[in-house]
Amino acid sequence: MKTDVIAAIATGMSEAGISIIRLSGEQTDAVMEKLFVSKAGVWGTADIAGYTARYGYIMDQGSVIDEVLVLVMRAPKSYTRENVVEIDCHGGVVVTRKILDLVIRNGARPAEPGEFTKRAFLNGRIDLSQAEAVIDIIRSKNDLALKNSVHQLRGSLHGKLHEVRDRILRDTAYIEAALDDPEHISLDGFREELENHTHENLAVIDQLIDSADNGRMLKEGIRTVILGKPNAGKSSLLNLLIGDDRAIVTEVAGTTRDVLEETILIQGICLTVMDTAGIRPTSDRVEQIGVEKARKYAKEADLILYVVDSSVALDGNDEEIIEFIRDKKAIVLLNKSDLNPEIGEEELAARTGKKVIRISAAKKTGLEELEQEIADMFFHGDLSFNDEIYITNARQKAALIEASESLSKVLESIACNMPEDFYSIDLMNAYEELGRITGESMDEDLIDTIFREFCMGK
Amino acid sequence: MPYQYESYDVVVVGAGHAGCEAALACARLSFHTLLFTISVDSIALMPCNPNIGGTSKGHLVREIDALGGEMGKNIDKTYIQSKMLNLSKGPAVHSLRAQADKQDYSREMRRVLENTPNLIIKQGEVSEVLTQDGRVSGVRTSSDAVYPCRAVILCTGTYLNARCIYGDVSNATGPNGLAAATHLTDSLKKLGIEMYRFKTGTPARIDKRSIDFSRMEEQKGDEKAVPFSFTTSPDSMTKPQVSCWLTYTNEATHEIIRENLDRSPLFSGDIKGTGPRYCPSIEDKVVKFPDKDRHQVFIEPEGNYTNEMYISGMSSSLPEDVQYRMYRSVAGLENAQIVRNAYAIEYDCINPMQLKPSLEFKQIEGLFAGGQFNGSSGYEEAAAQGLMAGINAARKLSGKEPVILDRSEAYIGVLIDDLVTKETHEPYRMMTSRAEYRLLLRQDNADLRLTEKGYEIGLISEERYQKLLRKKEQIEEELVRLGRVMLGTGPEVQKVLADLSSVPLASSASLAELLRRPELNYVSLKPLDPERKELPSDVIEQVEINIRYEGYIKRQMHQVEQFRKMERKRIPDSIDYDEVPSLRIEARQKLKQIRPESVGQASRISGVSPADLSVLLVYLEQHRQRGNGGLL
Repeated sequence: MKTDVIAAIATGMSEAGISIIRLSGEQTDAVMEKLFVSKAGVWGTADIAGYTARYGYIMDQGSVIDEVLVLVMRAPKSYTRENVVEIDCHGGVVVTRKILDLVIRNGARPAEPGEFTKRAFLNGRIDLSQAEAVIDIIRSKNDLALKNSVHQLRGSLHGKLHEVRDRILRDTAYIEAALDDPEHISLDGFREELENHTHENLAVIDQLIDSADNGRMLKEGIRTVILGKPNAGKSSLLNLLIGDDRAIVTEVAGTTRDVLEETILIQGICLTVMDTAGIRPTSDRVEQIGVEKARKYAKEADLILYVVDSSVALDGNDEEIIEFIRDKKAIVLLNKSDLNPEIGEEELAARTGKKVIRISAAKKTGLEELEQEIADMFFHGDLSFNDEIYITNARQKAALIEASESLSKVLESIACNMPEDFYSIDLMNAYEELGRITGESMDEDLIDTIFREFCMGK
Repeated sequence: MPYQYESYDVVVVGAGHAGCEAALACARLSFHTLLFTISVDSIALMPCNPNIGGTSKGHLVREIDALGGEMGKNIDKTYIQSKMLNLSKGPAVHSLRAQADKQDYSREMRRVLENTPNLIIKQGEVSEVLTQDGRVSGVRTSSDAVYPCRAVILCTGTYLNARCIYGDVSNATGPNGLAAATHLTDSLKKLGIEMYRFKTGTPARIDKRSIDFSRMEEQKGDEKAVPFSFTTSPDSMTKPQVSCWLTYTNEATHEIIRENLDRSPLFSGDIKGTGPRYCPSIEDKVVKFPDKDRHQVFIEPEGNYTNEMYISGMSSSLPEDVQYRMYRSVAGLENAQIVRNAYAIEYDCINPMQLKPSLEFKQIEGLFAGGQFNGSSGYEEAAAQGLMAGINAARKLSGKEPVILDRSEAYIGVLIDDLVTKETHEPYRMMTSRAEYRLLLRQDNADLRLTEKGYEIGLISEERYQKLLRKKEQIEEELVRLGRVMLGTGPEVQKVLADLSSVPLASSASLAELLRRPELNYVSLKPLDPERKELPSDVIEQVEINIRYEGYIKRQMHQVEQFRKMERKRIPDSIDYDEVPSLRIEARQKLKQIRPESVGQASRISGVSPADLSVLLVYLEQHRQRGNGGLL
């Protein structure tokens, strides 16, 4: 059975070291043919024997993307028992992702979570006794991917995708209703309308593809959430970390009502830092929303930075936060440590069970110690970097491209004056592809929409 | 006193559209078959709309015919109007519909049944299905007679504990005042079968003499009637056709309905069953679509020998006095005389997820089911299931594997897969949007898709099979030929093209390439194709469709390939889902309930995610390797 080529970034992503992009499938040579050229000027990997490496360049439209080492394994002597190619590149978030993109553009598709391992097992490469471990990997990676794809999608993008999907569904439902009940529902004049809608949808999707290119689709990096009571100095900490005055810092408690976020690098480790509204009971509706959001983000965080104002005694709000971070990776930051302390370092360490670091956001002290602690946690493996996010992003982009192509086919069909029933085939394809991004399947959407929107039947 | 009657191979319960096909299939496959009906005079009764076919249902009839079923032939003999719907759209959604003379239809089907060897018809009510060790062993009637048998096919339609309702009138009868079957449900429940309660409805019938047709638009049949059956000669379809008529409801109608909603059993809560969204009552339409100021009403004759007209679009369960005012508010019906009132009907049916794709109950061997009893709606859906249940009951008795059509082979496959895999909360109606590979599942190619299967099953004659093979060959040959014949850019060619308002050729092209131009067709290209042999019109139709939509067809075929990969991965009967690690709870529950036969079927269960499927695949491989290990 012919299997398609899958690709993924095999190494964790950080700004340091080497990254590996792995491909597996029958047709890996066909993919490599289009993007790899050896130092000696030979394109592709077809002539490379198994377990041999070759030095060369990854090329995109005539320009060099990176200098790489390509390692080829031939079926069945590989991890998946298929042809496998590993591209060792110079690493770095940007280049690695560019190469993965290029591989996908040239015929590979982003691997599903755990798919390499799954193939290895299904092809008999992995011992039976390991089957359960395989299942665990698939399960955990999928759960993670799902969490990523749904929660990591930026709010506004999520909204846009829903809008487009909804419009596609309604258009399809209209066509299908008319096909099923031609005596009650007419499609006269619908082509022009559909053409307009499709152009609008395409514009949105193409814009999303661009933003995926810029890495703006997903929040990538260790999700780090700053928590604390109002006015504990959370926004000042964020400013300190990013080194400018992006977050608004005021003396009025409750200023940060929404969630601010920044991507920063600490010793080559990528962090997405989110500053949240101070946690306290409030009657202000807008602030309430902010507080709820803070809780939500904190729940999904990989790391929590809990900021405590040392000049104010702990209260019920702190209790809530301390309880919340008990099972999470967290660092406690004792802020305003230059003022008269109400709370001691030891007391706080005892109550939270976490590492406590004294900082002064105002005087910009303690930052180095914090950075070192984060780096230590990362390199000791306490804090895992979530490389699934990159591949999730690649998968989402692939789905967007598919959807865009399907919608272009709709326009083609309209231009060629094809009958309306041909449009819905491609419309539904686009709908399903977009559903992969939002994690929604089609199920009975279409039938339900037909009956909800149109008065059908005898 | 209970007594034992003689034994049969198969007992079919119910002689509606499902029961007739089931009984005919079994008898034609040489099994001694007994068909029970509550009234011999109501065999193949059409208690609701007076037509066969329509969108996607027409496809089902063609498929039934291609497999050797009876419905297509029967409507060809008894149609009084014929129409191909959706002709302005693509060939995949062209749908044939015929108005039937209801009495003729019923009488003609009865004649066929009565003259089929191995088939015995019996009037009576089956009250109990008898089993032994989880296997069917016979049936018992309400008169206490026991009929031993090896397989039972339940096709009870809308008769189980049926109740007909309008206003506050409620009669414990089946459709048309026929007796309901009141015992069987209890017996089925005792066997552990889960029952649903569904409802449907029918509009009033009005005396033709009281209708003012001058206030309506005439709806004629097609000039050239087209047969359903591939065995009916198109040239024989020359009967004079009758017309239907179109009128509309209006604000006054809607006002009458709105004022009396509180008297509707649907809104008062007297009706508890779930109705089909596809056939809403007129009160449903008025409530759900308040912005529509009118609804279409089609007036359709019930037959040639009756004045009754079917008022399509206005089914209702409102009280008689409201119905009277409501119908009379419609243009042309001002003086309408109602012959039969509209009513809603409630009945027992099963949760079809208890069935295998062969339509056999999972927990009771030898017990099959078809038709509205399985939670579907419509004559054609019923007939399709009846045929498949009949075929598979017969195969079971012969020790053969069941015939299961998949979603890429037939609408019948989509219908049955949906019923047994997806939860249905309303009577299921076939719709073209449910068929994901519909470009391949056209009504024009049902014979090419299925007749070979029908032949293998034993329901298609050698002669018909040979004809099919000849047709396939002609299509293939002509497709190859048209791809090979090249036309140059000479003046004769350009002249012919210009005459057909087609742009001249820039370089030489094959006839097939020219056929892709929307303004050209096979017949119009004749002057450029002197070598051409005379071919039958059905062959030409296939050639044209295949060339014209080649790109789309290829894409769907590619999708089908992907689809089949998953269908081929079988899940062994013995699987214990509690043993599969890491399935999510919802997925595990659904899989345990439905017990899909393939990974493909599992993928269509709502609540089973791609990750669950991956887990399942790995588990199955583990299972397989262990199995092999055990043998070594």
